[in-house]
Amino acid sequence: MAQDTRTRAEGGSSVLDSKVPSGPMAERWSKHKFDLKLVNPANRRKFDVLVVGTGLAGASAAATLAEMGYNVKAFCIHDSPRRAHSIAAQGGINAAKNYKNDGDSVHRLFYDTVKGGDYRSRESNVHRLAEVSVQIIDQCVAQGVPFAREYGGLLDNRSFGGAQVSRTFYARGQTGQQLLLGAYSALNRMIQSGRVAMYTRREMLDLVVVDGVARGIITRNLTTGAVERHSGHAVLLCTGGYGNVFYLSTNAKNSNVTAAWRAHKRGAYFANPCYTQIHPTCIPRSGDYQSKLTLMSESLRNDGRVWVPRKAKDSRPPADIPEAERYYYLEERYPSFGNLVPRDVASRNSKSVCDEGLGVGPSGEAVYLDFRDAIQRDGRAAVEARYSNLFEMYERITGDDPYVTPMRIYPAVHYTMGGLWVDYNLESTVPGLFVLGEANFSDHGANRLGASALMQGLADGYFVVPATIASHLAGRKLGAVTTDHPAFAAAEADSRQRLDALLAIDGSRTVDDFHRALGKVMWDKCGMARNEAGLKRALSEIRDLREAFWQDVKVIGDPNTINADLEKAGRLADFMEFAELKVRDALERDESCGGHFREEHQTEEGEAKRDDERFAHVAAWEYRGEGRPEARHEEPLVFEEVKLTTRSYK
Amino acid sequence: MIQHANHGAMRVTLDIWRQSGPGAQGHFETHTVDGNEHMSFLELLDVLNEQLVREGKDPVAFDHDCREGICGSCALTLDGKPHGPRNRTTVCQIHMREYRDGAHIRVEPFRATAFPVVKDLAIDRSAFDRIQRAGGYISVNTGAAPDANAIPIKKDDADAAFDAAACIGCGACVAACPNAAAMLFTSAKVSQFALLPQGQPEREKRVIAMVDQMDAEGFGNCTNHYECEAACPKSISVTNIARMNREYMRAMLRV
Repeated sequence: MAQDTRTRAEGGSSVLDSKVPSGPMAERWSKHKFDLKLVNPANRRKFDVLVVGTGLAGASAAATLAEMGYNVKAFCIHDSPRRAHSIAAQGGINAAKNYKNDGDSVHRLFYDTVKGGDYRSRESNVHRLAEVSVQIIDQCVAQGVPFAREYGGLLDNRSFGGAQVSRTFYARGQTGQQLLLGAYSALNRMIQSGRVAMYTRREMLDLVVVDGVARGIITRNLTTGAVERHSGHAVLLCTGGYGNVFYLSTNAKNSNVTAAWRAHKRGAYFANPCYTQIHPTCIPRSGDYQSKLTLMSESLRNDGRVWVPRKAKDSRPPADIPEAERYYYLEERYPSFGNLVPRDVASRNSKSVCDEGLGVGPSGEAVYLDFRDAIQRDGRAAVEARYSNLFEMYERITGDDPYVTPMRIYPAVHYTMGGLWVDYNLESTVPGLFVLGEANFSDHGANRLGASALMQGLADGYFVVPATIASHLAGRKLGAVTTDHPAFAAAEADSRQRLDALLAIDGSRTVDDFHRALGKVMWDKCGMARNEAGLKRALSEIRDLREAFWQDVKVIGDPNTINADLEKAGRLADFMEFAELKVRDALERDESCGGHFREEHQTEEGEAKRDDERFAHVAAWEYRGEGRPEARHEEPLVFEEVKLTTRSYK
Repeated sequence: MIQHANHGAMRVTLDIWRQSGPGAQGHFETHTVDGNEHMSFLELLDVLNEQLVREGKDPVAFDHDCREGICGSCALTLDGKPHGPRNRTTVCQIHMREYRDGAHIRVEPFRATAFPVVKDLAIDRSAFDRIQRAGGYISVNTGAAPDANAIPIKKDDADAAFDAAACIGCGACVAACPNAAAMLFTSAKVSQFALLPQGQPEREKRVIAMVDQMDAEGFGNCTNHYECEAACPKSISVTNIARMNREYMRAMLRV
C-alpha cells in the first residue's frame, strides 16, 4: 500500500490513544476504575443506552447497566434474545480460579493469553480480562448456571489447548448455551422491571453521529420492514464477528458484519481485519449446496489420531490401508505435542497434506481423525462415555459411524480476532460508541485460545463497560438529541436508499450465488495461508464481484414484510466492501502471526515467522469516503511483562 | 439408516404452508425440488428458495440460524411431526438421507394458538419470552455474587438441573401437544432453579408467576399425553412437569 495512507506513531504519540493506565500491570484496572468519573445513581436514569446484539456481551451489558439504573434499549436480530450465536459455543470458559491447585493465577492466564495470541494483543487489556475472569464464574453460578461439578459438590475444571493448567469451567458440551441463558435470564429480569426495552427482530442499518458523538441508530423491523430511529446517549455494539465473509463458516447463518461496517463508515476504525481463526476439527463440506459448517469439539484430538494415506489419491477404504502406509503427520512433525498442537498449527498442516494430494473423501479436502486405537486401548464404552454426543452429531450429519469408520475432518472459519478498534475503555474512535465481545478487535491478538471467547464477551459486558461507560456519560457534555435531529433523517434516508437500490437491480443471480463466489475468493486467497500474489488477485476479484453484484443481483419481494432475501443482500453488500479491507490488511501485514499466515514468512519447518521489528502493532483502518483508499494507522504494542519469544510446539 | 453412496441425487415434492401474514388465509403450495441425500432439510429449502427467486417468486420464509440444533430457531413440522422424522433432533439437523428419492413431504409451521404465524413457516414465539420474564431468573445483581465454590451443590442435583436447563426454547413441545400446552417448557426452567440452592429464595414466587403467565398466553393444560417429551430435541423429561405441579401446589399452600 502507498506510504501516504500510513501514519506511524513517533515518540509514543498516535492518533490512536489507547488510554492504557500507567503503573504496575496488576494494579492498572483498579487504579483506572478509581480514576474514572462516576455517574451518581440518581442521575443514571437520565441516560439512555442503546445495546445492539444480545449475545454474551450484549445481554450481560444490557442487564448490568439496567441494574445500575441506566435506561437501556436492547436490539436483536432474532425472534428472541436467547438465540444469539454465543449459544453455539461448546467447550468452556477460562477463569484463573486455581481451584485445581495446579499453579494457576491471574498472571498465568494473562501470560498464556498474550503468548497464545502470538504477541499481537494489548497487555493491559489482557491482564484485566484475566483479573475479572474469576468474578465471571461467581456471577454465573449465582445466576444458576449449571456448571459441571465433582462429587464433593464443587466446580469441576478441565484443560484446554494452549494451557498447562486446568482452568476451564464447562457445562457439558453446551457451555455457551448455559452462559447465554444465564445472561438472558438477567436481561429478562430487567425487561420485566421496565428498565430494559427489548426490540426483537431488528437489524441495525446505520449509526447516527451527532456533533461527532454516537447518538443513535437506524434499525429495520424485520417483520414489518419499518425503518426506525432510536436515539440515546451511548451506543454499544455487541454484534459478533465477520466469519461469514467466507460464506462457509461455523458461524450461524444470520451472523454478519453490517453493524460494525456501518459504524466503520461513520468513523470507527477497523482493527486487524486480517485475523481469522480457522478451527481444525470441522466436518468437511459435502457439496455446493452446503450452507454452513459444523464444528466438532477440539477435545476429540485427545483420543483421535489424525492421518492421511501416504500415497496420493489412495482410494482404498481407510480400514484397508495398512499401518505402514498411513501418514500420522502431526505425530511425525510435532513429536512432543502430536495431535494436540494449537489450532492454527493443526489447521495449516491439514491444508498442506491436502495440497500435496493426500487428502481423503470425495473432495480430497479432508483428513482422517481415527479412534480405532483409542477403542482398542480403552474399549468402546470408555470412548462412548467421552464422546458419544459428538459421535452422534457426526453420524447425524455425515451418515458415517465414527466407531467403525474414521471421521473425516477439515479446518473451517470459526472466530475472528479483528474488529472495531477500541481503547482501554472499549470505546471506538467515535466517542460514545463502545464495542464489546467478538465485535471489537479484542484481547486475543492474532490467535484466540480455546475457552477464551466466552470469557471475553462476559468480561466486557458484566464488568468492563459498566465501569468505563461513565468516562463518556459523565466526562462529556451531552446535550439533548431527539430522533428529529437532521442526522437521523439523513441516516434513515441513506438506509432506505440502499434497500431500494437492492430491490431495483432485478438481475439474474441470487444473493447466495454471489456470496458463495465471494467466499471462494476469500477462502482460496485470504484463508489459512496467504501470499502477496494471491492477495493482489483477490483484490481485483472482489472489486469485479462487487460490481457484478450491484448490476446483476436478484432480490425479490416486498420490503414491508419478512424478506430474508433483502436482509441477506444488504449484509452481503457490506461483506463485499469489508472483504477488500480484510485483504488489504492481510497484504499490508507482511509477516506471519497466529491465524495470519503469509507463505513468504515461514521458518524452514513451515512455522509462522513473526516480524516484531516491523509489525508489533495493531493496524487500524480509517474510512475516508467512497472511492478513496482507507488510511492505515498503527497503535504500537508495548510488551512490559511478557517477553516476546517464538512459539514452538515441536 | 447409514448409507454410503457418494452421489445420492434425489427429487422430492414438498407441500409447503404459505401465509402472507398474521391472520391471513394460508394454503399449501406444492413444489418439486432436486436435492441430494447429504443435504440437510433446510438446505433443501435453500435450494427451493433460490429456485423461486430465479422464477421471480416470493421465497418461503422460515426461521433458522445456527443449523447445529442449539439456537432453537427452526420450527417446522414435517408430515405432522415437529422437527421431522428423527428423535432428539431439530429439523435443521435432519438430512435428506432420512427420505427416499421421490418422497412427498408436508411442511408446516409449529401450530398453536399462542404461536401465531408471522409469515409462511415463521412463527411468533414471544409468549415463551414473556413466561421467562415472569420469573425465569435468580435476582442477583452483577458483582454481588459470593465465591462460586461457596455453596457446594450435590453432583446429582447439578446434573438434574442441567438436564432441565438444556431446553432450547424451540416450541416443539407445544406443537406436539394435543392441548398446545407449554408445561414442558415452563417446567424445565422451574425445575432447574428449584433443584439449585440459588433458586430457593424466589422458589414460590417464581413458579406462581411463570404458571400464571403461561396460562395468560393461551397455552393449554397437560393431560399426560407425553407427546412433548417425544418431540423434544433435547430429551427434556416429563418428570419436570410433575415437579412443577408439586412446586405450584407447595407454593400455593405457603403464600
